Parts: sequence; C-alpha cells; structure tokens
Amino acid sequence: MSEADHSIVRLDGVEKHFGAVHALNTVDLVVTPGECLGLVGHNGAGKSTLMNVLAGTQIPDQGRIVIRGIDSTDGYTVATAKQHGIRCVFQELSLCPNLTVAENARVMHRALTGFGWRRRAAALILRDLDEIFPGHGIASQEIVGDLSIAKRQMVEIARAFSVTDAPADLVILDEPTSSLDAVVAQQLLTFVRRHVAAGGACVLISHLLGEVLSTADRIVVMRDGAVVEVRKASDFDRDSLVTAMGSVAKDGDGAGAAYASKRADGSPKVRARPAGQVEGPDLTAHAGEIVGLAGLAGHGQTDMLIQLHAARPSTRHTHVHGPVALVAGDRQTDGIFPLWSIAGNITIRSIRHLLRHALIDAAAEREMASQWQQRIGIRTPDMENNILSLSGGNQQKALFARALASDAEILLMDDPMRGVDVGTKQEVYRIIRDEAANGRTFIWYTTEMDELKHCDHVYVFRDGAIVADLTRREVTEEKLLHASFEAAE
Amino acid sequence: MIATLLTPRFLRNALPALSLTVLLLAIFYLQPRAMSYFGLNLLLNLALPIAFATIAQMCIITVNDLDLGVGAYVGLVAAIGATWLNETPLLGAAALLGCIAVYAALGALIHLRNLPSIVVTLGMSFVWLGLALLVLPTPGGKVPDWIRAIMTLKTPFLPFTIYAAIGVGVIVHFGLMRSSYGVVLRGAGGNPRSVSRAGWSLLRTKVTMFALAGFFGMLSGLSLIGLTTSADANIALRYTLLSIAGVILGGGEFVGGRISPIGAVIGAMTLTLAASFLSFLRLPPDWQIGAQGGILILVLAFRAVINRAEARR
Repeated sequence: MSEADHSIVRLDGVEKHFGAVHALNTVDLVVTPGECLGLVGHNGAGKSTLMNVLAGTQIPDQGRIVIRGIDSTDGYTVATAKQHGIRCVFQELSLCPNLTVAENARVMHRALTGFGWRRRAAALILRDLDEIFPGHGIASQEIVGDLSIAKRQMVEIARAFSVTDAPADLVILDEPTSSLDAVVAQQLLTFVRRHVAAGGACVLISHLLGEVLSTADRIVVMRDGAVVEVRKASDFDRDSLVTAMGSVAKDGDGAGAAYASKRADGSPKVRARPAGQVEGPDLTAHAGEIVGLAGLAGHGQTDMLIQLHAARPSTRHTHVHGPVALVAGDRQTDGIFPLWSIAGNITIRSIRHLLRHALIDAAAEREMASQWQQRIGIRTPDMENNILSLSGGNQQKALFARALASDAEILLMDDPMRGVDVGTKQEVYRIIRDEAANGRTFIWYTTEMDELKHCDHVYVFRDGAIVADLTRREVTEEKLLHASFEAAE
Repeated sequence: MIATLLTPRFLRNALPALSLTVLLLAIFYLQPRAMSYFGLNLLLNLALPIAFATIAQMCIITVNDLDLGVGAYVGLVAAIGATWLNETPLLGAAALLGCIAVYAALGALIHLRNLPSIVVTLGMSFVWLGLALLVLPTPGGKVPDWIRAIMTLKTPFLPFTIYAAIGVGVIVHFGLMRSSYGVVLRGAGGNPRSVSRAGWSLLRTKVTMFALAGFFGMLSGLSLIGLTTSADANIALRYTLLSIAGVILGGGEFVGGRISPIGAVIGAMTLTLAASFLSFLRLPPDWQIGAQGGILILVLAFRAVINRAEARR
C-alpha cells in the first residue's frame, strides 16, 4: 500500500466490544495529510468509538494503530496521540467551566509553563480564535462557564487547532457545528479547507450531510460498527449518502405539505412578546400548530421559551393557556437525570398522575415507561437501565417521551435535535406531526433549516426581538437569512 | 460601560473582603479600644490556625471532595507537637511527615476506588482522634520553644497574625490561581474528564491536593499550640465545620473547582471576628452559635443576590 508511506494514521482491523455490544467490527481507516475525511452514520454506528480509539481515550480490543508508518498499538494513549499531533474536539463540550479561556488553553498545552505563561496562553488562543472565527467577541480572561454554548464550542475548536510544541496535524471534529449558527459554522468549514490545503488533515463527523458533502474530500460511511462505504465526496450526493447509511429517511415526508391556517377559529393558546421588544409582531400559537423560532443562535429564542415556561398562567406580555412541558436542548445539563433509570427519566414529569394513596404506583409507572418505549422506539433491553446506557439520540427520545407522556398541551422545544441522527429525527418529526394533529401545540426553536419546514408559522429572532413572522408557504432559506441579517447590512 | 458590566462579578469577588471590613468597623464602633496593636492581636490571634485549616479544606474542595476529618487531624498534630516534637524532635518530625503521607494516600484511595470522600474522611476523623488520645491521653504537654517564639513574634505596626495570614493567602493564591500547574489542579475540579483527556494524571492531582491539605492541616495544628502552649486531643474538633464555612464564605463553591485562596483566608478571619463581635454585643453565649450562623446566612444571601443580578444581565 502506497498510502502507508505518507499516511498520518492507519487503522487495521480495529475491534472494540462493550459487553455484548460490538461497537467496532474490523474497521480499517486511512487518513493522509491534505485531506478532510467525512465520517457519517447513524447514532450508535460506532463513529464516536472510532474517534475515541484514534484519540487514545479508548483502547481497542484488537487491531493495529499505525502512525506515520510506525506501529504504535502498544501503549497507545492520549499522550501518544497528542505527541503525534492528533487532536480531538469531542461532541460533549470538554472545557473546564471554572477556568478562563486562556487557562483552558494551558490545560491542553504542557509547553505553556514558566514565567509569562498566562500572556502566551492568551495570545495563542486568541490567534486561533481570530483566524478561525473572525469577529468572535471572546476575551481570553473570560470564565468559560459564563460563555454561551456556541462560544464555548468556538473556544474548544480553536484550542484543538492551536499549536505549541506538538503539532496539530490531524484534528477530529465530532459534530463541531451542532451548537453554532450558520455563519459561524461556515467560518469553521472554510477554515477546515484552509487547514487541509496547508497540509493538515481533518476528520469531520456530522449529521448535517450538506456540510460533509461540501467540505470533505472523502467520505466514510459507517453502519453497525463497520465501515460500509468509502468514496470520494464528489461521487456521493445527498440521496446516495442517505442510502449508504441505511437510513429510513424519506426526505420531506409530510413536511412542506400544503399549508392550511389553523388560526381561523378559537383564541390562541399562547401569545407572548419577547421581554426586550417594543414593537413588531407578537408570538402566537394556536391549538394544533407547530410554531418555529428561527434566526441565528443565541438571539433570544431560548429566552423566549424560558419566558413561556415561567409564565404560567400569564404575565403582562405573556399569555399561556394550558399546561406546558419543555424538551431541553442541552441534554447533559438541563435534560436528563444522569443517575436515574430510563423509566424514571420519562415518568418524572407525570408523577402526580401516577399516585396511589400519596405514593407512586410502581406498576403504573412501569406501564407508562414501556408504553412510551414502544411508541417512540427507545432501543434498550430494559427501561430500568441507567439513562446513560443509551446513545445520545435515544436519550433525546426519552426526553421527548417525558414531555409527550405528560398532560402538557403546549410543548416547548429548545433545539432538541442537536447531534441526533437522521433516522431518529424522522421518527420524532412524525410523532410531532401526529401529536399536533391531536391538538397539541409545539413551539420549536431550531437551528436547522430543514426542521422549519415542519412548522406552520416561523418567527425569526434577531437581537432578542421578533423581526419576521412567516407562514409555512413563505418560508425560504433566503427569506430567513435576510430577516436574520437585516441589521448587519 | 465595561466597568458597569463587570459590576456583579467584581462585587462577588469583593464580597468576602467587604464582609470582613463591615464586621471590623462594627467591632471598632462597639469597642474603640480594639483599634490598637494589642486589641487586634487579641481579636485575631486565633484566626491563623483557622486560616490554615480553611486552606487545607479548600485544597480538598478544589477537587470536589470534602474533608470531615480536618478538625481531628489538627488535634492529632497538636498532640504530636506538644509531646514528641518537643521531646524527640526527629521522631516528631517523622510522625508529622507520616501524617501528610497518610493524607496523600487517602487521596489516592479515594481516586482509585472511587469512594465518597465524606465517608473516608469521616472514618479517618475517628482514627485521628484515637491516635491523638494515644499520644496525649490527658490535656497538657509542652510546646517546643521555637514554635512559641514564632507565634509570639512582635512585628511592627500590625500583629504577626495579620502578616502571616496575608502571606499565606498570597502564596497559595500564586500556587493555585496563577501558576501553570495550579490551573490543571483547579481544572481537575471543574471538568476531570477534560483534564485527563488532555493527558494529565487525575491521580496525581488528587494526591497533590490531599498532600497539600495534610501540610496546611499540620501548619494549623502547630500554629494553634504555639498560641495555647499546651495541647488537647479535642482542641480543634470544631475546625472541621469552621473550615468548610470559611471556604464557602470566602467565595468558594462545593463543586466545580471554583475556589479563592485569599477569600478563604478572609473567610476564616470573618468567622473568628464574628464570635468576638457577638461577645461585644453582650449576646448571651447560648445565642452566639445561632447568631454566628445568622451572619453566615446573611453573607451567603448577599452572594445569591449578586449571582442573580449577574444572571439577569
């Protein structure tokens, strides 16, 4: 193999088991300098495990890891990977929230030590932030915990590309754009191309197929722990990629169906105005409607949801009629109870209805859990297992089940599909449409254009205010971008 | 503009110093004679051992653990200091080093076996107390002269305690907040996984912090007997809770590696002064502990208000 001579990393027949689960099944992979490798597949296809093996955080049961032609399988650790310039941006954010931006750079770089290290760390991280995300607005002495989730992700990405004594030859990005808005995501993808053109390499893992198709040189498709396809990106298109993943996705199934106003009769279930807004349209939602909140990330959509959630029954600018449930977007901090079982995580919102003689009726609780396991398709042998035993997508399904199983008539969703695979998304979309048809109201903040096509009405947010109110018929990407950026031009 | 934006964060950092100042002013108002070298010395001389114990506790809290044995440990150090260290200094010094080694081993044990630190340190508190009673069954003993000499040092302008407390705060501040390895130690409290993914040993951070706690606990015990001239196994049992309160009062948090060494020293001083303040108010002793709790709640409530203001920003 001629590739072996100049490849950065070569994996030969790597296998990894977790108990009975075959997470990686004889995987071969080559990454050469000057290329961006796209890695796609469903949740649970083994992408994250593969990446952990590359990064040295998990040791494969079998197979060889060859770095620059040298077999490095024995004693391959994080330190070895770092030494050889292999860096990783993990899906869940892995910065220390109690440290400043510059201090987090120090945690990554052993070379930042001795007199004046703070100044050097600040210069290092700011240089990379400036290069990748011009106009990022992050100061090096800010505490990471005070930053928005998007900015944290930017810091983490910049940190992965920063270079001191060890090079950053191969940077693995796992869902790097999941918390970024379209503009910043594009900045990153552009930078990835520059990095690759300069002789570096990237592995890009993403559920946004358009992103992978436009950025990667080669695409590796994984399914059930094995690599099923490797081709040049130009040989794929969206449909062939989806087919290769073995996805059940039918694009636009029911989405974009004919728009019919549901506002003809009855009073709205929700009427609200963002706290900082003086004039402009109010947000309204009627029974059976799916209402989308759009705009760039962090422009007040989440605040709106919190405002609605806190305003039961009503405050001056916020009228909410009916019980409310929230599906959190930041699973780890706002969503799951990490020490509880799956069943416990689902039933907690409805516990009041599961009482018998002031105690929780265990049988009813079990029944509710198993009923929702079937309805929403949570893949687990036992609902009494810990919630963390589920893959990310299935955890998110459990959070949906929690909200849907409740008595809530109004469901607030805070960009819940972050990092969820296409198949799961389609299943959840179907459930949302069914539930809306039953008269439930959905208020849905999303950063993905495709999801807005499911909405009857879309409200575009900018700087904490609603700047546009579009019906499904009117929603186009151009219009949304136009509304999101009007002020900047 | 920027100054006003920074206000809540600045306030939060300044709150410990602010509480101390208010308390000090109140004391001076009630008892003007306290505003002298001698008066300050009387008010604050017991603050130094508490400050050391608080720093010890803070080291443990940095890595998301809690030490429920620090009071008993200080008692053991005091017992060793007033007996072996005086009679056979070599044996005494070896015993004290051994204590620090045990602390380091506790850190390793807690990390490797993934045990709850509360249980381990609570268990150890009985061991410390038992050992202290074996070394010094009845109160007494004699303190080495050099310790006595250090603790009764006459310094210009302000009492020794104040210089020493400032010195401790500044040194630990540079060690934990400014040094490059200090960042890793605090990071291990903030997000252990991230730190280990960056290639650092979590075992080493935990052992380091526990050993440091053992070291500062030792300084607490030695400085305490320097003031009291004799020891008692039960001399410092209340330090356990005082030290925790001091860390929190000084702006630290129980989890997440958010700590402040200078704040912790100030917190320890505030707690010491609160007791004197209540005596000056002629509050009956029965009420004093409750009132001390009241002061604590007051300061923490202020912090909660500031945090809210910050969140609303």
